[in-house]
Amino acid sequence: MGCSPATSLAVTARREPAPVDSIVTETFMKPEEIFDVLRERFGEDIIRRLDTEHGDPWVEVKPESITEVARFCRDDQRLQFDHLNNLCGVDYLEPDPRKAAKAGFEPHLEIVYHLSSYTLRHTITLKVILPRWKDDQPGKLPEVPSVCSVWAIAEWHEREAFDLVGVRFVGHPDLRRILLPVDWVGHPLRKDYEFPLEYHGIRGK
Amino acid sequence: MPLTIEDPRVVEFDVRTDEMLVNMGPQHPSTHGVLRLLLKTDGEVVHDVTPHIGYLHRCAEKIGENLTPVQWIPYTDRMDYLAGMNMNLGWSLAVEKLLGIEVPERAMTLRVIIAELNRIASHLVAMGTYGLDLGTFSPFLYAFREREIILDLFEETCGARLTYSYLTIGGATHDLPAEILIPPGLAGLTGRSPDTRLSWLDAASLFLDWFEPRIQEYHTLLTRNSIFIKRTAGIGVLPRELAISHGCTGPVLRGSGIDWDLRRDGDPIYTRMYKDYDFDVAVAPFDDAPPEVVVGDSWCRFFVRMMEVVQSVRILRQAIERYPNTEGTHRVPHKFNAKLPRKEVYLETECPRGAMGFYVVGKNDAIPLRARAKSSSFCNLSVTAELCRGVLVADVPAIVGSLDIVMGEIDR
Repeated sequence: MGCSPATSLAVTARREPAPVDSIVTETFMKPEEIFDVLRERFGEDIIRRLDTEHGDPWVEVKPESITEVARFCRDDQRLQFDHLNNLCGVDYLEPDPRKAAKAGFEPHLEIVYHLSSYTLRHTITLKVILPRWKDDQPGKLPEVPSVCSVWAIAEWHEREAFDLVGVRFVGHPDLRRILLPVDWVGHPLRKDYEFPLEYHGIRGK
Repeated sequence: MPLTIEDPRVVEFDVRTDEMLVNMGPQHPSTHGVLRLLLKTDGEVVHDVTPHIGYLHRCAEKIGENLTPVQWIPYTDRMDYLAGMNMNLGWSLAVEKLLGIEVPERAMTLRVIIAELNRIASHLVAMGTYGLDLGTFSPFLYAFREREIILDLFEETCGARLTYSYLTIGGATHDLPAEILIPPGLAGLTGRSPDTRLSWLDAASLFLDWFEPRIQEYHTLLTRNSIFIKRTAGIGVLPRELAISHGCTGPVLRGSGIDWDLRRDGDPIYTRMYKDYDFDVAVAPFDDAPPEVVVGDSWCRFFVRMMEVVQSVRILRQAIERYPNTEGTHRVPHKFNAKLPRKEVYLETECPRGAMGFYVVGKNDAIPLRARAKSSSFCNLSVTAELCRGVLVADVPAIVGSLDIVMGEIDR
């Protein structure tokens, strides 16, 4: 591609085919550099750590501050993460008590934000780590601020995460179930979810 | 002073009527499956649209947490059932990236051939059903005539016509057949004897030779048809900022003028499959578009798909020529119950409907801790409410159809 990444977004229907090797340009930031930019702006308390050893590199963010961090990621000229690729929840729990000791993690929930930038062509993963239940009371959903105001697509992704994983997104304009019926009980992607035996006269199992 | 509306299509605009709630779907033919749109209408004008989804929800992600990656491949077929091969490919690549499997050149070329053929088949259905949405029936019949041959070719490779499970972790389950009986549809259309035996690659080339001139016919039937242009040009305009904010991908994003195709701009494990091929990315605006067309409208999204068919044919010709001389095998061994390391990978691939993402987290076991499928149609559908605000009721199917959604993928 003969043009810089910024101008490549300018619309041209017919242009030279892009050799793939030339995509990485000088504006492309490594995860470590992105982490440094975030650390410098928000400090150690909010940007907790960078993990590069387990596949895709990810940055742990303090749950209460995720909206500000997300907005900074989108608006900062060095980062420009305009695209939220994916938002999902992961339940870290080993339901089998015999395997729990060897599982290698404490029971917790993670909300994962996969971000990328169309202009600068870099990606990063943000994570917030939550308790499985708020105040350790089973049934009380953990809470995290919503990022709907930053990326519009988060509205649907957060509804899905609320529906299937059971996380309350504070500040979401319309947090209701999206895939399951409104009167469904429980959140199926929790590892300790029990399948209902009956739903409106329809036998389960 | 009374409000005057210039648009001649809006008759009786200043007649105030009561607001009415209309359920469109879930059994409405132009909602492309079991999608329910709750329209708030005032006469002929739609004020608000609320999409209700989930009628086809099977919680495939929960199933994925209880199966090994190979066992989950048939479930990926059933997400986007019009492009099963592309779904298989996305999941296989994500798991390969997690496990660090390098696929040989022959398997990569095979995957390119299969994925691009499926892209053509999927875009043909998109074209045909979009014609149905707008009230014309014949393009649908032509599209299915062509698609039938592609399905016959797929049947020769793996035995299935819709849910293939052909591309698997490490490559593909079988090599392309050395000799097949010519697909009946192809024999009839090209004037060959139905007993002709030829190699799979020759059959595919024969199909492309016959198919390529037909694309011009579809343009005559639909793209340049003045009724079609009136129904689509300037309708459902999706500005680029809105497209980015709503996470739109694929033809919807490119129709809004953003030059982004994961085959060129994606993850290296995916782009290395395509890096030696010569192809263009179709992006709005188009120089030869009719004057009424605005960047980001329904016509642009439709035309991007039509141009992608041409590009897929280009890629296919190069891949078919290359395939007999490629190195390696069609598959590297992958143990069915291989342990997934305690790592996580998120990978997006360019499916016909947009960027399909698979997120897989391993837990040092044969089954993953999390198997997440980020659906492209799900994100594309989320702009419906924005696009349909203030349009006429008759334009709602035209807008939803131009997004080309598949409910199996949205509901998963």
